[in-house]
Amino acid sequence: MGGGPVEVLSSVDLDIKKGEFVTIMGPSGSGKSSLMNIIGCLDRPTEGSYSLNGVRVDSMDEDSLAAARNRNIGFVFQSFNLLARHTAIENVELPLFYAGIDGSEALAKEALKEVGLERRMKHRPNELSGGERQRVAIARAIVLNPPIILGDEPTGNLDSRTGKEIMALFDGLHAKGTTLILVTHDPNVAAYSQRVINIKDGKVVL
Amino acid sequence: MLFFQILRTAFRGIVANKMRTSLTMLGIIIGVGAIIAMLSLGEGAKQQVIESMSRFGTNVLRVRPGMARMGHVRTGRVETLTLDDAEALKKEVPGIRFLSPVVASSIQVKYSNRNAGTLITGTTPEYIEINNFKVAEGSFFEQTDIKLARRVAAIGSTVRKELFGEGPAVGEEMKIEGQTFTVIAVMETKGQTSFSDPDDQIFIPVTTSQRRVFFQDYVNDINIQVEEASLIPSVKEGIERVLRDRHRIAPGAESDFTIRDFTEMMMAMQETTRTFTVLLSGIAAVSLLVGGIGVMNIMLVSVTERTREIGIRMAVGARRKDILRQFLIEALVITVSGGLIGIASGVAIASLISRFGEWDTVITFWSIALGFCFSALVGLVFGIYPARKASLMDPIEALRYE
Repeated sequence: MGGGPVEVLSSVDLDIKKGEFVTIMGPSGSGKSSLMNIIGCLDRPTEGSYSLNGVRVDSMDEDSLAAARNRNIGFVFQSFNLLARHTAIENVELPLFYAGIDGSEALAKEALKEVGLERRMKHRPNELSGGERQRVAIARAIVLNPPIILGDEPTGNLDSRTGKEIMALFDGLHAKGTTLILVTHDPNVAAYSQRVINIKDGKVVL
Repeated sequence: MLFFQILRTAFRGIVANKMRTSLTMLGIIIGVGAIIAMLSLGEGAKQQVIESMSRFGTNVLRVRPGMARMGHVRTGRVETLTLDDAEALKKEVPGIRFLSPVVASSIQVKYSNRNAGTLITGTTPEYIEINNFKVAEGSFFEQTDIKLARRVAAIGSTVRKELFGEGPAVGEEMKIEGQTFTVIAVMETKGQTSFSDPDDQIFIPVTTSQRRVFFQDYVNDINIQVEEASLIPSVKEGIERVLRDRHRIAPGAESDFTIRDFTEMMMAMQETTRTFTVLLSGIAAVSLLVGGIGVMNIMLVSVTERTREIGIRMAVGARRKDILRQFLIEALVITVSGGLIGIASGVAIASLISRFGEWDTVITFWSIALGFCFSALVGLVFGIYPARKASLMDPIEALRYE
């Protein structure tokens, strides 16, 4: 750390259409994480612009960014990122609380059913297998029906068979019209997508 | 986010870290406990003064035979005070409003087939003026009854109940030490105090008590009410002078009587209470401060430990103020739980003090409310910094935290 500002991304001109399934690929340090953070409304570009559903994100204040993440984006991480002290269903309820939605339990149950985990909803993450944890994370991502699901190496911590099951879930979501953006190293994952965006040294490579 | 969910998360955190949370609470518990104990002591002292004022009257001195040594333990002869002494004091000492000699002892009394053990107080009508007794039925004995040593009795309400039940009392005859007494008055109920039951006694003329009941020519006590508080020192001096003269006590020798000044005693007691109160408020302040710092410390640890969780919450839509609120409420849950335990232990300490100490304690609603507010205040003051720190985290950094 330290030193002056480092340019991570430059001349990225990217359009992702509604309902598209794209994967972003690139070596470590290529800037794909930074791109993902911007797409996920976790970060704002220092220069340039980013529009989500036609709304400029780069000029939003923090609360609006939080609301944008809450309503528009479902995150699925490589390391699942579930709350350890909370049961599966409580984890899934989390976005609903921040959205201020009452009767969250029914919605959470529905989301868990969709990922095939309704039987294990009272279990805590440490009582679940890796694949099950990732299903809980996906249920959490889809519980508010966001238009975009953003996956950061979603199969990175899973064996290939479980990875395939998870990819099948993603395929199903795509079929329902959700925009899917996955960051991955894995060409097998990229094979599911309609379009692969290669990033190298902060630039989109065609 | 719903308040209930925040509380649930907070309680889970406490359960997951029982030991460290309870250690953190300790300072708050001691602090709030000290507040409760302190306030109950102050309130107790206040009520004790009010009670004593109504029991003993104001500006009352008591002259008792014997010398004061080792606190209130009296030594020496107890037969030194006489009715003539009382008479002389009344005549020669200026500033006395009422004066009454007292002969008192516990004894068995009888009415038809009922027995009761009670206190016989031989005295004069002025006694009831000094000690705030009032007559409920009949009339109290008079100077003539004293001159003639008549066998008449004014009974307290407890005695009345024990001997006469619901039946008539005034005009009835009862036995005291085999002597027949006529009940001429029933006193108004004064009410049980922590010391004794003032209604469990029988008043008879002082002369009658000396000649017919106890067969003694001395008195146990002389009660004096001074005209006003400012005269107390000069009246005490006057009593000292007249009695030493009458008892022919050489200059420099110790008096064979003791003057007890209730006003002075009360002040001394209040002084002790005040010292104790200051001590307790010191303890309260220090432990709340240290407790608050402990809470801040543990909350900082918790924020760091849960960096990842904060990142996750932010990723799914938590705003900065949601995170702030969550950690602030968690700090409040710790301090308020500590506060509630502190209130309980403060109440326990207060009851121990009044049981084993010489102070009365009174728990008021306000002391509990104050203790509660203080615990919440500590949570707010010392919880805000860690909560702010949590809310200002960068979600990307927080998500990356291992």
